Amino acid sequence: MSFEQFLNMGGYGWYVWPSYALTALVLLINCLSPMLQRKQLLRQLALKQKRGQR
Amino acid sequence: MSWIPTPISRFFHRTSSPPHFYALADRWLPWLTALFLLLLGAGLYGGLYLAPADYQQGDSYRIIYVHVPAAWMSLFIYVLMAVMGAIALVWRMKLAEVMLISSAPIGAGFTFIALVTGSLWGKPMWGTWWVWDARLTSELILLFLYLGVISLYGAIEDKKAAAKAVSILALVGVVNIPIIHYSVEWWNTLHQGPTVTKIDKPSIHVSMLVPLLLMALAFKVYYLIAVLQAAKLELVRREASSQWVKNLLETKS
Repeated sequence: MSFEQFLNMGGYGWYVWPSYALTALVLLINCLSPMLQRKQLLRQLALKQKRGQR
Repeated sequence: MSWIPTPISRFFHRTSSPPHFYALADRWLPWLTALFLLLLGAGLYGGLYLAPADYQQGDSYRIIYVHVPAAWMSLFIYVLMAVMGAIALVWRMKLAEVMLISSAPIGAGFTFIALVTGSLWGKPMWGTWWVWDARLTSELILLFLYLGVISLYGAIEDKKAAAKAVSILALVGVVNIPIIHYSVEWWNTLHQGPTVTKIDKPSIHVSMLVPLLLMALAFKVYYLIAVLQAAKLELVRREASSQWVKNLLETKS
């Protein structure tokens, strides 16, 4: 099977690959967004703590 | 909880204390991530490459490897949320509230995936993106239940009251779960009947079934990873002024 045939998915490529891309996108967002938000929150809290100490 | 033996109740008490849970999550996350990538790789290789095309649906059926595990997760996570809601209401366990609200966006994500990939599968196979039949409509209601939980929690300022309201909503909404599951049997729908859960005689070949189960496992492990990440954020948010978060800030800087 050639790579083009694989991408073509027997003519259903335009249905199969968007399904996988959407799944990957949603799963990535749901995992990365809380990580980034926590990092930001911890940075803010650390800044506040530093100000409070002075 | 006097009817629970002391070592067990002590174990739960300790594990559910926020700093202990936070540290535990940090210890588990790398292993869970490795396990997830392994299962995902095997599932995708089996489903997209090794498994043969379907004799009726050609290669379009390969959407099953994201559609069905996502749909299973959408039901599974909601049931978990209802259980957490019951625990939060009965025992006022803070961690149960945190896990409930942390699960909601992940469940909503899986429900959204199930709906959209179903649509992308329905177009070439049924000739339509959407029908208002029992399975599709009840799954859409599930999405609204998830969104309802998220926005209700966000709308109530007092987080204790918010957690209580959300627990009740999660418990009430659980009636929708058997409706979704049995919708293809109770009503005459365009959606196909169960092919996998007929354990005695599944109407799916092993070469197609194994990657499906691998993907289902991968999605379960993904849920653990994502819910731990969301719970870590929620714990820091709720306990921003507590001593353990202050200690956390000091070790980081």
